[in-house]
Amino acid sequence: MTELLQQVVDGLGRGGIYALIALGIAVIFGVMHLVNFAHGELITVSAYAAYGLFAAGWDWWLVAPAVVVIAGVTSVVIEFVAFRWVRGAPDFTMLMTSFGVHFLVQAGFVMYVSANFRQFPRPGWIFETWKVGGVSLEVYDLLVILFTLLTLGATYWVLQNTMFGTSLRAAAEDFDAARLMGIRSDRIIRGAFALSGLLAGVAAVFWLMRSGQAGPTAGLSPMLKGVLAALIGGLGSLTGAVLGGVVLGLAEVLLISHLPAGLVGLTDGIVFLLIALLFVFRPQGLITVRRAERV
Amino acid sequence: MLEVESLTTCYGAIAAIRKVGLTVRAGEVVCLIGPNGAGKTTLLSSIAGLLSPTGGKIWLNGDDVTDWAPDRMLRSGLALVPEHRRIFADLTVHENLMVGGVTKASTRRAGLRDQVIELFPALGSKLGTSAGYLSGGEAQQLAIGRAMMAEPEILLMDEPTLGLAPLLADVVFNLIGTLRDTGLTLLVVEQNAQRILEVADRGYVMRSGEIVLDGLAPDLLARQDLFDAYLGRSTDLV
Repeated sequence: MTELLQQVVDGLGRGGIYALIALGIAVIFGVMHLVNFAHGELITVSAYAAYGLFAAGWDWWLVAPAVVVIAGVTSVVIEFVAFRWVRGAPDFTMLMTSFGVHFLVQAGFVMYVSANFRQFPRPGWIFETWKVGGVSLEVYDLLVILFTLLTLGATYWVLQNTMFGTSLRAAAEDFDAARLMGIRSDRIIRGAFALSGLLAGVAAVFWLMRSGQAGPTAGLSPMLKGVLAALIGGLGSLTGAVLGGVVLGLAEVLLISHLPAGLVGLTDGIVFLLIALLFVFRPQGLITVRRAERV
Repeated sequence: MLEVESLTTCYGAIAAIRKVGLTVRAGEVVCLIGPNGAGKTTLLSSIAGLLSPTGGKIWLNGDDVTDWAPDRMLRSGLALVPEHRRIFADLTVHENLMVGGVTKASTRRAGLRDQVIELFPALGSKLGTSAGYLSGGEAQQLAIGRAMMAEPEILLMDEPTLGLAPLLADVVFNLIGTLRDTGLTLLVVEQNAQRILEVADRGYVMRSGEIVLDGLAPDLLARQDLFDAYLGRSTDLV
């Protein structure tokens, strides 16, 4: 029982990061009908920014908020430079554009920085553990869960209680109808990318605390996990994205803990198999999204 | 007030409307009737800025508004209640109305909402309800009320009775009458030619992407040959 509780906490910690990434992906999908495969580049850029800031003598307390802001700004810049020109284009064109951004950013870092991973210090205290009733809780997991809850709470508050949030939800449901109400597509898309970037920034902070390295492919794994989580939850559903992230995180941790040692390497494969099974029974994911077709 | 001049809109290589012209004067109720596929929705979408015309001009209060984005059209006083209502089903009735008033100052939205509820009392008790749970008639009232939040000078309505039971359709036709009495200018696309001609001042008949006939509503209503030739023998169009 104690062991299971510990695994659940581990899974929630991992799932929290996935949830933040997936939520950003779901926000963009909602307003643009785009599965943004360039979302991981926000983490790549964050990783290099963190590396640069550490090299300049900054500490984690300053690097963490800086990374969040940098990811938000990068997201808006990517929209302005790349996606703005293909708005209204077929979904396939936008998908290809996102792949283009993904590969261009990677290639840029390989060509102008290095193909090798660069290390930066990880805060040692995050690996300390607290014993609560026989359960060993890693500070890192507790921190991730706390900040995930705070970030999701703040995001929920913005979406529910501000005109921007209501407009964003309206645009996610029916973009053309939202435009007919006077919602400016430019502003709402830029806002969606900023929100998505800030969420990715928070996720990046915790991802980088654990990995402690920057490399051209640093964002690939988190992006894939985020896309998977968004798919599990039901693409376009904001609640589904969070749920998908938590389910994915828990599934990974529970599999790693319970698979025979010789099969642990197959965890990702088994997770994919389980997701495929889920889609056999619920092709729409865990939460069904009502949505008008984009024109 | 609204003048459409030789407007052409294409989907790819196919022209959905060709050289269409119409005029709507301030305070008028003008209807646009015709069979399915005549291009009525395309015409309204082009006027509202959802579709880009490939030729022709649209004038609103003397300004050339051709190719303006929907939000700019709305800020200039033209609102569209789209076909199938397209209310935001996941948002509450209150939120739908607030989104309708997004172009207005935040301090004015509550007052505008109260005015809309005065016009559509059925919405008053459902402000906290998700719009997806409204009946067809309530949803149509919400769609119109949402557009009214922007205080338009001219309201375009696309098939407001589509999918409604006859009794609910009557409610919508009464609403159109009420809106007309407030002095609002209306351009209404409607399948039920008989009923809309009874409340309209003038009408245009579209077929195969072109305006084939126009005139005063009572004159069009009196022409049985019109219904035979363009609208089918039944007054309820197929």
